Amino acid sequence: MSKLKDYIPVVGQAAVDDLNILAERLRGKKIQHVNSTAVGGGVAEILNRMVPLLKEVGVDTRWDVIKGGEQFFEVTKKFHNALHGRPEEVTAADFEIFRETGRKNAQEMDTGADIVFVHDPQPIMLVEKKSGNKWLWRCHIDVSNPSRRVWDFLMDFIPRYDSAVFSAPSFSMRLPIRQFLISPSIDPLSDKNRELPDETVKQVMDKYGIPRDKPVITQISRFDRLKDPVGVIEAFRLARKHADCRLVLAGGTASDDPEGMSVLSEVREKAQGDPDIHILLMKQNDLEINALQRGSTVIMQKSLKEGFGLTVTEALWKGKPVVASGVGGIPLQIKHRYSGLLCHSIDGAAFALKQLLGNPAYAAGLGENGRRHVRNNFLLTTHLRNYLLLFVSLYTSGDMIRI
Amino acid sequence: MPELKRAAEPFVFFSRLNLPELTGLKAATIPQLLGLIKEAPGAAIYHHTHSFLQQHDAFVSEPLNDFAYWVSSAVGDARLGEKLAAIDTVQFSSIHEIRAAIVSVIEGHLKESPLAQFRFSGEGEEFHFIKSVSFIYSLGRQAYTLKEFLDILKQVSVDCIYFHFIEAKLRLDHNDNDFSSWIRLSLGDEATAGLISRLDPYTQSLDGLKNSIVSIVEKRIGCLCRS
Repeated sequence: MSKLKDYIPVVGQAAVDDLNILAERLRGKKIQHVNSTAVGGGVAEILNRMVPLLKEVGVDTRWDVIKGGEQFFEVTKKFHNALHGRPEEVTAADFEIFRETGRKNAQEMDTGADIVFVHDPQPIMLVEKKSGNKWLWRCHIDVSNPSRRVWDFLMDFIPRYDSAVFSAPSFSMRLPIRQFLISPSIDPLSDKNRELPDETVKQVMDKYGIPRDKPVITQISRFDRLKDPVGVIEAFRLARKHADCRLVLAGGTASDDPEGMSVLSEVREKAQGDPDIHILLMKQNDLEINALQRGSTVIMQKSLKEGFGLTVTEALWKGKPVVASGVGGIPLQIKHRYSGLLCHSIDGAAFALKQLLGNPAYAAGLGENGRRHVRNNFLLTTHLRNYLLLFVSLYTSGDMIRI
Repeated sequence: MPELKRAAEPFVFFSRLNLPELTGLKAATIPQLLGLIKEAPGAAIYHHTHSFLQQHDAFVSEPLNDFAYWVSSAVGDARLGEKLAAIDTVQFSSIHEIRAAIVSVIEGHLKESPLAQFRFSGEGEEFHFIKSVSFIYSLGRQAYTLKEFLDILKQVSVDCIYFHFIEAKLRLDHNDNDFSSWIRLSLGDEATAGLISRLDPYTQSLDGLKNSIVSIVEKRIGCLCRS
């Protein structure tokens, strides 16, 4: 696991000094993170890296995970889909299962820290134990268009928190408590993002049979309709009329996800017989994803709906010019024509690709701006800094705070 | 090296970090945007006219305020976007004045081009008002001489430069930055203070601004050592 000093060559000594100064203001405070899983998923991934760094700067931090049976997690999966605005039947019995598990966890878990930081809806009921300490609710999902029934249920608990945190302005709802905007982050030292020797990049491109004889356009995403892989192929074919290039669609799909497999079939059918289109069904392999991104000329993320879009963050961090849809958290990362190109249609995506392939210097400039933007805003150290500020905000008031 | 003048009062280095707070206010049309600009907290006007500087450290050729960017890119009113981008933020010494200037530009545009009121952003592209909650803290470092000042300046973050150079004007309601004020008043070095004052923070990155100040101070120390 990386130490704070390892980040200095990336973000600078001053950024690390800031963390130590802020942490000093929290001396004596105990912080407790609570979520629903210790492994798997973006929240656990971030906490696995964040908690050791909080401890390293001297903030007394622990991380607890709630317990729940199969039924409970089936219900929370339904909640998740419903909060994303997908049609989902959530019954009265489902709410009761959620309440029952919530009550049990509340009985069993010690929540006596000075600040209890609850992640996502699963542990939300713990706030019923609030007694003089500070409570934060971190919503990692897009609740801009939620099922009213599930949201109203959560609203029994949310107002009891001191503050809520969202990843993008468009994900938030009007609430009677303070709401902060904190973006997720990538770890520049992880296998998925660290610098790689050219040799490694070449080996991975060779392994997957991708010649680099012409520009390579890549979209890294699971095979999901919301990522619009078929639209990517259409945009690629339009752009290729003007600039010779290859397309790589790389990602995974769960073997038990029937929709994922059918999307993959559609994509394969669409690409059939085209030697310039490479469809890679991959197992989770962060280093290879890193290499594919670094070996590409342009990265696409033509999603129809997106969370924060950390694949965009990863591409920008590698200095790649990106063409992406202006959905979810992507507009926070890409300012159109400044740190990438935003698109809203297949034609728009094709036009953006042509612009980048035809103007390598322009593309390089966008990539460089994108990398700087990520360095300033979306790296793990900035995420940590914002959490420290958030904790300090719980003990202060006003918009201008001297600490 | 000859001894450099020692100030009676040191320059104390501070920094400022912002945590964005969502206000729940959002606009999909230009009249809605105008209405909310009039009623939004000052910290929101500050956020949308200044956060760009701290978020982007490259040279910025895009509009320096979020209103201009949104009006151009989401609403498609390039003319109003251009007018908003052209507001010379540097000339104002209070958020109140900046807000009034923005309101005046939008009201003037709606009078000139009545059809502009019917333009609207796409779904999901609404303008969300965010305010900056600012945390100001001492870096625990101070300088009595120009040399000490230079040594520390080289090590501080761009957030520190932002605080002392850009935010100082809004904080103190005067037309100068903290660096120039200290060099002028405590070291009596009008020439160096003047050179730093003339730097335009809105047409270069904060890194670039820092390098420019470092360069001015280095040259000055070089001159003092030769004399």
